[in-house]
Parts: sequence; C-alpha cells; structure tokens
Amino acid sequence: MALEANYGMVGDFYTQNFTTTHTGDGDTLILNLGPQHPSTHGVLRVVVELDGEYVKKAEPVLGYIHRMHEKMGEVKTYLQYLPNMGRVDYLHALGWNWAYVGAVEKLMGIEVPERAEFIRVITCELNRISSHLLWWGAYLLDLGAFTPILYAFADRERIMDILQMVTGSRLTYCYYRFGGVSADIGEKFISDLRAFLAQFKARIPMFHELVTGNMILRGRCVDIGVLPVEMCRRYGATGPVLRGSGVAYDVRRFEPYSVYDQLDFDVPVGKAGDAMDRYDVRVAEMVQSVRIIEQALDKLPEGPFLNPDLPDRFIPEPGEVYYSVEGARGKIGVYIVSDGSPKPYRLKLRSPSFSNLSLFAELSQGTLLGDAISIMGSLDLVIPEIDR
Amino acid sequence: MATLGQTIKSLWSMVVGMKVTGIEFFKPKLTVHYPRKEVDNLGTYRGHCDLVAREDDPLTPKCIMCGICVDNCPSGCLSLTMHVVGEGKPRPAGGAGELMLAQEVILPGSIKKAPPTGKAERVLDSFRLNYNYCSLCGLCVQNCPVSSLAWSREAYLVGRSRQEFEFDLLARLRAKAASSQGVKAA
Repeated sequence: MALEANYGMVGDFYTQNFTTTHTGDGDTLILNLGPQHPSTHGVLRVVVELDGEYVKKAEPVLGYIHRMHEKMGEVKTYLQYLPNMGRVDYLHALGWNWAYVGAVEKLMGIEVPERAEFIRVITCELNRISSHLLWWGAYLLDLGAFTPILYAFADRERIMDILQMVTGSRLTYCYYRFGGVSADIGEKFISDLRAFLAQFKARIPMFHELVTGNMILRGRCVDIGVLPVEMCRRYGATGPVLRGSGVAYDVRRFEPYSVYDQLDFDVPVGKAGDAMDRYDVRVAEMVQSVRIIEQALDKLPEGPFLNPDLPDRFIPEPGEVYYSVEGARGKIGVYIVSDGSPKPYRLKLRSPSFSNLSLFAELSQGTLLGDAISIMGSLDLVIPEIDR
Repeated sequence: MATLGQTIKSLWSMVVGMKVTGIEFFKPKLTVHYPRKEVDNLGTYRGHCDLVAREDDPLTPKCIMCGICVDNCPSGCLSLTMHVVGEGKPRPAGGAGELMLAQEVILPGSIKKAPPTGKAERVLDSFRLNYNYCSLCGLCVQNCPVSSLAWSREAYLVGRSRQEFEFDLLARLRAKAASSQGVKAA
C-alpha cells in the first residue's frame, strides 16, 4: 500500500538516494549541507557523501521554500499576479517583473512607450548591479573574507536608495506595469544616479585591489569547478555560469527585447570555465551595466511612462506566449497559456538558478568539500527562485 | 626561487588589500544609527495605503465605494462596507469580507467604471485594511479612479500581535483630521 502511495518509492530522500545506491564501501560519511548551512544562503539542502574530505556524491534537495508561484498564477488575475514576481528572485526582482509584464504585453499586444522602455532598462540594470554586488560580497564571505561584503553593501545601499525613489520599496519591487512602469523618474533620480555611477566606476578598481588579486581567493577559485561548455548545454545553464565557460550567450544580445538593440555593450566571457572566470564575468558585467545605464540616461526620451490607451480589463484572447529576459543569474522565461478568461490557464516560470543548481551534483563530484562550497557560491544561487 | 617569488607575490597581494581597508578606516561612517538618527529619504516610500480626505471635508474620504481596490488586491486585504441613503438598493461593494484565496475577484462591471450617479447617496461605514497580508504592490493606490488612496510613509511600524496590523482606515483618517484640527484650534 505504501509502495503504491509513493509511486514505488519508499522512505525519505536519503533512503532513496543514498542507502540503496551507496557508492562507498561503508567507510563514507553522509553529511547534510543545509537547509540552514551558512553558505547555501537560504533553505537549500545538499546531501553529500564524503570519503575523507572528498565529495563522492552530492544531491541537492529542493522544496524547502516552495510557494506555488505557478499555481498562484492560475488563481489570480493577470494584474494580481504582479507582486508575486518580486518574490521569485528577490535579488533581481525587476528582471522577473519585466519577464512577466513583457509576456502579458506580447500576449495582448500592448504597446510600451519608449520612455518606459528606457526607464525599464535603467532600473533593471541598476538592479542587476545590486544583485551582482550582493553575490560578490556573499561569495567572498563563503570563502572566508568578511570585509568585502561591507564594501559591497555600502554601494548596494546607495542603489536601493535610488531605486526606492521610484519603486517605493527596497527589495521586492513591484514597479513595472502592463504598458509601462508605475512611476516616472524625476530630476533627482537622474542626478543621484549619475553621481552614483561616477562614484561606482571608481569603486570597481578598488574592489579588484581589495580582493581579486588576493592569493587566498585565487587559491580557492582558480581551476576550481571547471565547467565544460558541453555540461552547461546538458543542464541548460545560462547567464554568467554559461558565459564563464566561454559562450557569449546573452538574451539582451541574441534576442534583443525592449531597446537593448540601440545600446552598445559587451558580453564578457571567461576562458577556462572555473570559479574565477565566473567571478570575473560578474564583475565585468557590473561595468557593462554601468555603460548601459549611462547610454540609456543620455538617450532617455520625453513622453508618457505608461501607455495611456490601456484596456479597462486585462483579459487576453486565447493563446500562448513565451517571453524571456536576461536576469542577473541567466535567462528568465515566462510562459503563459490563456484561455480567454481573466486568469491565466497555465503559467510556467523558467528560472535560471534551477538549471544552474542542477549541474552542481555533477560538477562537485570528486572535489574537496571546501571546493564544493566555492563551486556552489560561484553559481550564484537564489533559493526562492529555484523552488518558486 | 619560483616558490620564493610566489610567496612574495602572495604577501604583496595582502598588502595591497590592507591598503584599501586602511584608507577606508579613516573615512566617515556611512551607516545611520537608528533610532538615534533616522533616514530622510522616505518621501516616496510605499507604506500601507491610507484614505485621502476630500478637500472640502477633512472627515470624509474621496472614496466613491466602487470597489476597484477591493477587486484588484491580490491578497484580499481590503474590505469596505457602506449603506445607501435615499432611493436605490444597497449593493455589496467588492469582495468585502475575510481573505479567501478562491474568491471571485472580478465583479461584473465594477472595474474602471465609476458607479452610476443616481439619486441614492452612498455612505462609507468602514474601510478596513488587513496589513498582515499586504505585499505593498500598490495596485489599489494606482487604480483608484478618484485618487482616494495614497501610500502612507510609515516605515517604522511595529506591533506585538496580528490585530495591531488590522487597520480601520476610516477611523485613521478621522483621527488624523481631528488631531490636525486640534492643532489648528490651539
């Protein structure tokens, strides 16, 4: 009876994956990393089988922060689902905002005024910098360096102050609307942002001086977790994880949405695909985001920030749509099936962290436990996004 | 020889890092020590929503009881009750009541349409916000046809129980009006 109820699976995750398919000769140690491990930044649990200090097998266990975001999409109207998007990935909330409003706009054929597109680019890139900054601080914290996170947060706080001016909140933004954004950016926003960008550009060489050249960091990152392109493809890795392995795939460049085709920016790539390359790619991306914001500020047109001819109710025709944007962690995709009712029939969220985590089991095999932590940090995982 | 060079290089990388922290040591403090000091950038902060009074009557909100905010709220935080004076039948406004996930949120004809101006006059009895479930998306404020809702700038709300976050916004508005009138009288 129990067999049938569990679809042929007996016992908990540990029994299913480690007792029956035990890889060692009995002299191995099973260890739980998480769900409260400091380096998993949230409730990710990884069960590892250790032989001495070497990882023989690692299995991520998900579901500790599952909130049924996809199901919630089916019981809420299109408009009511907006605040959910800031909670899927709380570090790059505007990326998810954009993917969802973009999908609905594509489905309903809503036009976005040009000013709104530029505002979206500016705020989304600013959010990307803050996400990468937090990753930078937290990753180095995982590796044992406490100081950098204080430097990262000094800048991140300034970004949050600037974004708070228009979005009204500091972390879980709900700023984009179908057909534009919810508030216009003002003179003060622009002048504060320009002052921040000028100061931030000078901070990046300082970050490098502080820690990038540090031999301890290089010892923990160089040649650690070398990720072949083939493995990235197998697991569907995107974002800085894929670019660190040398593939210059960026949704902003290869499927340009919004006004990204009018902006000039590089797609930084790594060579070896190790943790250091993923580090370098993210730091270089912050510089590129600064470039994008500066151009967008220069080109910012006048006009409405929200489409004035919006329909009274957001009820799309039956159909389906997929819209993807480049988030801080990779390709964010939203797939909506509409049956012509006020609520989506089905809503699927493609989260980059999920794919990036999937390859961790294979990548960490045979490494030292300490290196596995370094690898996990270099993947930049956001657990709520993995579970959704 | 190579090892020695490597060691010197490693140590030098530490010195370079220490130089950065050394300079930072003499820079002014960036943090704001709450509660001794408070931040001053709450001008656009999204606190919970609040009723806006009519220009001619600080005790009455601009609200026309259309129920758009109640319909739009993703978590069913808002509920309002009213009664009708004069002709016409009372109409339930929005999904007034407790939070229900499966509530039918779209009431026919209630979205983006001002209610018919008839002979009947509607009087707002209560306007309740259950802030426990609010996610501060701002859909209520932005979709109000008469701008009767605004964000409060309450960034420092604290409480010991859930009940303390169940606000009667109408009472809040009246208390605010009364206190400001008291100030004027004094």
